[in-house]
Amino acid sequence: MEQAIWAENLTKKFGSFTAVDAISFTVGQGEIFGFLGANGAGKTTAMRMLSGLSFPTSGKARVAGFDVYKQPELIKRHIGYMSQKFSLYEDLTVQENIRFYGGIYGLSGAEIRSKTEQLLQELDLEWIAKSQVQSLPLGWKQKLAFSVAQVHNPSIVFLDEPTGGVDPITRRQFWEMIYRAADRGVTVFVTTHYMDEAEYCDRISIMVDGRIAAMGSPGELKRDNNVPSINELFVRLARHTSSNM
Amino acid sequence: MSIYINHISKSYGPVKALDDISFEVSKGELFGLIGPDGAGKTTLIRILTTLLVPDAGTARVLDLDPVKEFRKLRPHIGYMPGRFSLYQDLTVLENLNFFATIFGTTIEKNYHLIADIYSQIEPFKNRRAGQLSGGMKQKLALSCAMVHEPEVLILDEPTTGVDAVSRKEFWEMLARLKERGITILVSTPYMDEASLCDRVALIQNGHILQVDSPASIVESYDRPLLGVRAQNTLRLLEDLRHYPLTHTAFPFGDSVHLALTGEQTDGELLDYLQKKGHTELAIEPIAANIEDCFMELMTEKIA
Repeated sequence: MEQAIWAENLTKKFGSFTAVDAISFTVGQGEIFGFLGANGAGKTTAMRMLSGLSFPTSGKARVAGFDVYKQPELIKRHIGYMSQKFSLYEDLTVQENIRFYGGIYGLSGAEIRSKTEQLLQELDLEWIAKSQVQSLPLGWKQKLAFSVAQVHNPSIVFLDEPTGGVDPITRRQFWEMIYRAADRGVTVFVTTHYMDEAEYCDRISIMVDGRIAAMGSPGELKRDNNVPSINELFVRLARHTSSNM
Repeated sequence: MSIYINHISKSYGPVKALDDISFEVSKGELFGLIGPDGAGKTTLIRILTTLLVPDAGTARVLDLDPVKEFRKLRPHIGYMPGRFSLYQDLTVLENLNFFATIFGTTIEKNYHLIADIYSQIEPFKNRRAGQLSGGMKQKLALSCAMVHEPEVLILDEPTTGVDAVSRKEFWEMLARLKERGITILVSTPYMDEASLCDRVALIQNGHILQVDSPASIVESYDRPLLGVRAQNTLRLLEDLRHYPLTHTAFPFGDSVHLALTGEQTDGELLDYLQKKGHTELAIEPIAANIEDCFMELMTEKIA
């Protein structure tokens, strides 16, 4: 079976600055992969290349079976994306947001109707289907955004800091949704600043100055580096780097 | 007493942002206001920093009323708002100069107050603030909030969205400021930062859940709590929710924290999970952390 994500020496330079420096890794289908790194370590740049939004300077990568150079449009159609900052239209209702994204991804009217019904029921949001998204608590918005990112049944979902500022119970409900998606075979590629969340992932990588400084399952990484938590490993690797002056 | 909050309430239309909040912060204390987005942290901070008037209740900061005596109070507070508040198109030095000037002082006069923090970004003093990394922006913002020698420092989510290394450094800076006797009120959505404070208020939906030292909060958790692991965490979670003695079951990384409604007999849970077909099982009693406490208090409020 083909890997969900495959990258080899993937590199991105901006002028003389190397934002992503020859990173190589694979992510299996149905895996939850945590993509960690300090601010400015190159996570966003790497994610933009993998989601077909930015051409690499060199190296190779395939995502959902498509080439990042030759087939970026196909990649976009087969992945889901959710960011903390923007995912839903605040002045559209819950239902309108689902319809909008369904339309963007080319679902038929009938598909949109059945998908809307299914999502509203799963999220227990039927009673506020016609409320504007801005009136929803943050946690509900994030859960809705995650579902909307999967409206077209993508095989991979990219989540960029999905749980920032969310209360601890809702944060866990969110991770349960991630587990359920992975259980259905969806690959989840997630970034977070909550180091304890790294421990929910099957495998993680820690980026430092454009390179992958550590990669493995959280258990392996803690054992091999003799640290009690991923937080400690992260601080050890990322301290005194150019992005943390 | 440096900060005194007495039955404060504030609504925005139908939304009750703060509902009858009371607590005190002692002089020289490092006090954490811990809660998720929408809990009311910023509203409370804006009331204390004279930027917002409460609907009901009173507050005193350095024995001054933030509503009636705001002009007298302002020079004594250092305030770092949640959103990056510096002028992006001014340089590091220009920003610092600006804040020093509006408070009627100079960088030279108070350099000793900010030397520890500012010296780290001084090599970049001619760089525009907008071009700084997250960690450097934080250091500049803190320098600007300190340059007029405030007695109280009020920081609204200074570590949100910042990576773990910068967060750690920031808390180290706060600890050094505290040693100089400055009172610090700091808000954060990161529960793990509670342990770095002398005392904390846990806040959710405009209500204070608990005010105490982090150690006392953790000690006051009174349910039997188990850490449970199995090969399949998702199925484990589902099965634990149906276990008769379960109060709550929450995932924590690759394990589940299981709070029980009462004591159980030895082997009862293991037996139950084995019958459900779980493998690689590990069950051990664990001590609660701040997040366990926060979730327990949230659950009590909902119930």
